[in-house]
This record gives sequence, structure tokens and C-alpha cells, in this order.
Amino acid sequence: MDFTVSVLLGTFLLSIAALFVFIWSMSKGLFGDGTAAATEIFAPNELGTVEDPAATARQKGDLQQAMGKPGEGAHKMTSSVAAARSRADQSTSLVVGVCLTLAVVWLVLASFAGLISSIKLHAPDWWVQYEWLTFGRLRPIHLNLVAYGWCSLAGIGVAIWLIPRLLMTELVGAKYALVGGALWSVGVFAGTVAIATGHSDGLEWLEYPWQIDILLVVGGALVGFPLWLTLLQRKVKHLYVSVWYIAAGLLWFPILFLIANWPGLHFGVQQATMNWWFAHNVLGLWFTPIGLAASYYFIPKVLGKPIHSYNLSLLGFWSLAFFYSQVGGHHLIGGPVPSWLVTISIVQSMMMVIPVFAVAVNQHMTVLGNFRALIYSPTLRFIVLGAMMYTAASVQGSLQALRGVNAVTHFTHYTVAHAHLGLYGFFTMVMFGSIYFIMPRVMNWEWPYPKLISLHFWLVLIGFLIYFIWLSIGGWLQGLAMLDEKTSFMQSVAMTLPYLEARSIGGGLMTLGHLVFAGHFFAMGWKFGPQRLGAALLSSSVFTRLQGKGAAA
Amino acid sequence: MSAGKSLWEMDELRIVIGAMVILGGATALLVVMPYLLLENVQPPAGLKPYTDEQLIGRQSYIANGCVYCHSQQPRDIGLAPDATRGWGRASVAGDYAYDTPHLLGTMRTGPDLLNIGARQPSKDWQLGHLYQPRAYTPGSIMPPYPFLFEVRQGAAKPGETIVNLPPSFAKPGQVVVAKPEALALVSYLLSLDRTYHALAPRFTAPVSSTAASKDKP
Repeated sequence: MDFTVSVLLGTFLLSIAALFVFIWSMSKGLFGDGTAAATEIFAPNELGTVEDPAATARQKGDLQQAMGKPGEGAHKMTSSVAAARSRADQSTSLVVGVCLTLAVVWLVLASFAGLISSIKLHAPDWWVQYEWLTFGRLRPIHLNLVAYGWCSLAGIGVAIWLIPRLLMTELVGAKYALVGGALWSVGVFAGTVAIATGHSDGLEWLEYPWQIDILLVVGGALVGFPLWLTLLQRKVKHLYVSVWYIAAGLLWFPILFLIANWPGLHFGVQQATMNWWFAHNVLGLWFTPIGLAASYYFIPKVLGKPIHSYNLSLLGFWSLAFFYSQVGGHHLIGGPVPSWLVTISIVQSMMMVIPVFAVAVNQHMTVLGNFRALIYSPTLRFIVLGAMMYTAASVQGSLQALRGVNAVTHFTHYTVAHAHLGLYGFFTMVMFGSIYFIMPRVMNWEWPYPKLISLHFWLVLIGFLIYFIWLSIGGWLQGLAMLDEKTSFMQSVAMTLPYLEARSIGGGLMTLGHLVFAGHFFAMGWKFGPQRLGAALLSSSVFTRLQGKGAAA
Repeated sequence: MSAGKSLWEMDELRIVIGAMVILGGATALLVVMPYLLLENVQPPAGLKPYTDEQLIGRQSYIANGCVYCHSQQPRDIGLAPDATRGWGRASVAGDYAYDTPHLLGTMRTGPDLLNIGARQPSKDWQLGHLYQPRAYTPGSIMPPYPFLFEVRQGAAKPGETIVNLPPSFAKPGQVVVAKPEALALVSYLLSLDRTYHALAPRFTAPVSSTAASKDKP
């Protein structure tokens, strides 16, 4: 039989079989434990009580009021449960504080590398004397600092902080994660130097030389240790969906990175298919699971109400894992690769609407009717926005995989805008929100200047919208120009210039927002500002006070 | 499932096994299968291996990130007018038989370069263009690479390669000398010439000939 047909038929039969296994396991309840797990993130009697350490006492009162009075007997959770949670939070504070601090440093450096790269595209004779400042080095430095510096370390920090919260116990083996995070950061630093000095491996997303990659593989595996050790001690009966995402993500990343960077294994066009298998999986099986784990925890936790449908969240998990892992080939549409591979990836890209809608329905239904909460909760503002961008980025990604659309967008700035919708609009926004929630618990100190949180939010939101909208338009027009044989190639370059300039303005605002964020972060680290331990500490007096305020107002 | 949970009912186990099976499947599909299919692809008769100097130049292409703006994969005329622009026929797997790491690229901020050596075979042009792209292509947004050159007052030493810039860009009394890195890079660029006649890749594996001809869109 013809090879292409047999591969496609084989994949089809396999998918049908997988579907039946899926339905069968669902009917047997093998997916996980029904709806009871949705409330595992709440202490007994906690439902109905809002939580956002980033909120000022006033905001918190308003938030509680917006969500209605806390459930019957909510005050009973105060002393012993709050103390246990306090101990759980304290068990992660050192390692989480270190990871997040490093992440913020990388974020600032990454922003400047990105901004300078952006300006260089419309001012090509600016800063050209030094090799390490050339566009072709700064751009991969930007990407790697964002991906492995900021996003990964922020993700690791948030994931580790969530573990004791999700398993209702103290973190076990924090030292492994501390060593892992340190190795990882050394790897990011060494990798940046390697690219700057011209020692790149030459593959997008895989630029670090393999000697440095070892640090990320070992570091990545080590940060997973505390999860497995803590799972053995877990006090909860069911595993909440965030645990599923975090556990799978922590397993997936080291394996992906190891296979992708194995020296001497890959060659020619095969290396290209591997390249995009990796690059899409690092988004789909590393950043996305961590980002979703965080939003699945913080949205219900801030609002004090369980997620809309727990079963839907598990359906989302398994379908994300299955479909997302096979979409990489859509980066090679029209390329010199086997067409069955591209076709399978296009099909699975379209199938991605299943997990995306599972997440979208679930998270948006949870927020629905409580949009006023976004005004009062700084955490929620970032995370809900991020969750919306996740839906947008995913739907856009599915459409972009279609051959007709891809013919226009492939090789253009449109793809760059799309990548930022995913990794910035979704992931980075969720990380910002999570860090605002987490840091007061890590430092036992409130955010000193709450107005800076709003300033950060509006700067990055407006900056990002400028970035995304203009670059998408410019990229689309560029693609149409390149497809039109009567338009010269240089015209396709010239027409993008105004859009590239707009991108630099947007990127400049985003960078400014990051400086505000980083400044605020370090101001908190040095315990600036008035001591307002109220919202940061979950002491019983605070609860009583807040309830009083909620009731009185 | 309360009393006496069996191993199978442990969520942890489901996560680990499920995650590994799914990743294994995707890896088999997108990494292992292409590996098995492509490992026996023979280089087309017209394709020569890179020389040592060209490989050094290729390393420079990688180090300076040319791949972030230039693809090396002309597409079929049915999909895009790449051939009409003079970028060459749609490439096939065999064209990359000596290309590790691959440099297929994902952006066309600049034009496709798989056949730049055939399109622009002048060494002078290539050197001058690397020194100052706008001297040759008005409106280009490519960065210049002054660090690949040495600008000096007076004459060049014997054996050095002088960059012949267009008159309006040349400064009197000043010579621009190409460093070995620039010469190697140009040597690599000039080697990018896949204009030979290439059928779809020839596999030695038995499944191949039909798959190969069908794979060409």
C-alpha cells in the first residue's frame, strides 16, 4: 500500500482507538475523581471566602462583598487551618523567592534584548559595531531569556509554591528544587553568553550548546523532585487538576529537552521536524500546563468558589496532552518534509479546539457573573486577562495551521505577533498575577505601593495591544505582498516599516511596565513601604476583621 | 474507591503513564518516523559537500543569526511565487543532505537564500553587501556587519581582499579589507546553489519511491 496513505490510515485508526479508550476510561471514572476534587483546594468551610494577598484590605473587603458573604461557618477555619496553611506557605518561601527573583531579573534583561532587536529592524544602522549586539544574536538572546529565563523560572517558582497548597501539606525536598533552580539559572546565563559570543547551535529554541543544556535537563529534573516527594505525604484525597498539569509538565520538559539537544543524533530535514516537534511541545507541554495549572488554582481560589466543571478540566488535560504534542509539523507547511507529517499536524492543530474550549468554558464560566471581582483583585485582573488570551492565542494558532491561512502568515511578522499572544498575553500575564498573589506570602510583607500594580497592568496591557495589533496587521499585509508575484520583495519589506516602528513603541511600554514591576518587586524584597501585615498574613484576627468589614459595608 | 486503592486507581500513576505514552506517541510520529524515512536519503548528483572554508562560513552564518531573517526552503509554485522571484524550485530533502544543523528558517524578513549563490554569484557584491547592504539594495533593513571587515587608511597589504564599494559609499584614501571570517561567509553563500535538476529524494528503503513522488505537493 502507498506509504502516505498507510500512515494516515494508521493514525486515523489509532486516534479512533484512543477515542474509545478515552470514552471507556471516562465511563469507568478512571480519569480522576469526579467533582469532589474541585473543592480540594479549599480548607473545610473555606468556600465563599475570597483570598488575594495582593489586594489591600480595602480591596479585599470590596472583593468579598462582590462575591457575597462567606459561607456558613467560614470563620471556623481560622486558627488551626490558617496556621497549617501558613506553615505550608512558609515551607516553600526560600526556593520560591529565589526562583522568582531570578525570573524577574531575566525578565528585565530579556525585555531590553527584545526592545533593542525590535528597534534594529527599522533602524538597521544603529549599534552595529559589536558582534554581540547584532540583530541575529540579540533576537535569540531575547527568545531564550524569555523562554528559559523568565517564563521557565517563574513557572517553576509558581509550580513549587502551588504544590503544598494543592496537597495541603508542607513541601518536602525543597533543597532539590533550590539546587535545580540554581543550575537552571547558571545554564541560562551561560547560554546567553554562548549566543552572544557566537556559539549558538543554530536551531531556534535550541540555541544553547549541548554542554549547557545538561544544566537545564538536570536542573529541570531536580525541580520536579519536591513534587514527587510531597505527593507521598499528601493530605488530600483527590488530586486537583493543577497537580495533573504541573506533574506532567515537570516530567515532559527534561525529556523533550534531552532528546532535542542530544548531540550528533539529528540531521538535515529530520532535524527540522525534530526542531518543531520540540519548539511546539515546549509551549504545549511545558509553559501551557504550568500556566493553566496556575489559572486553575488562582481563579477559583481568589473568588472563593470551585471551578465550573471538574470533569471538563480533566478532559481538557488529556486532550491537550494528546493533540498538542503532535502539532509541531505545521511550522513546516510547504517545506521539504513528508506531507503526511504536515497533514497530521494540521489535523491535530484543529483538534486543539477541544482542550481549548474545555479550558475556556470552564474558566470563563467560573468568572462569569463575577467580573466586578476583577476591579478589586490585582491577581485576578492579570490571570483572567491571561486566560482570555489563552483562548485567543489557541484559536488563532489552530486557524494559522490551515494551509490557506498559513500560506499568507508563514515567514512573516504575523507569526511573531502570534507567538507573543501565547507566551506574553497568556503565560506572562498569568505569571504576573500569580507572583502578585504569591510574593506577599513568601515575604510576609504586602506589596508596598498598590498603585504600581495598576500602573504595571495598564502599561503592559496597552503596550501589548499596540504590539500585537499592529504587528499582526503588518505581518498579514507582508504575507499578502509576498504571495503576489507582481509585488517586488523589497516592497514587502518597505510596507512593514510603520508596523515595526509601532511594535517598538508597544515593546517600549511593555519594557517600562516590567521596570515598574521589577522595581516594586525589589522594593518589597527590601521591605519598603508601611507595614500592613493584614492581608499578607492569614491570621485569625484578619479574617474576623475582614468579615466584619464585609458585613458592615 | 476509598478502601484499598489499587495501584491502577492512583492518580499519580495515571499521570505518569498517560503523559509518557502520549509523549512517546508524538515523538514516534514527529521524530522517529522522519528519522527512519530520511536517514537513507541520498544527496542529488549535482550537490557537492561543503568545503572546509564553506563550513567555517556556515558557522558564521549560524553565529550571526542569519537564519532569523532568511529561510532556505523555496516553496512550490502552487503555494507561493518563490520560483518567480528567482529563489529556485521547491526544495527536497536531498538538498539538505550535508546540512547539519538545518537552516530552513521561519522568517522572510529578507529573501530566501537556498540559491543565493546562483542568483548573486559576484563575490564583490556579496562582500560589499555584507559591509553595507544599503549600498546595493536601497530600502534594505539588513544590518551591516562592520566587525567582519577592517577599515584602514592607505593601501591593503598583499594577499588581502579589498571590498570594492559603489563610488558613493567608498571614502577616498580608505580601504575596506575583508577579514577571513567575511571571506568564509561569502564562500558559503556562493555555495548555496541548488539549481541542479533534482527529482524528489531517492530513498534506498523499499517503501520509498512511491512515497517520495507522492510527497511532492
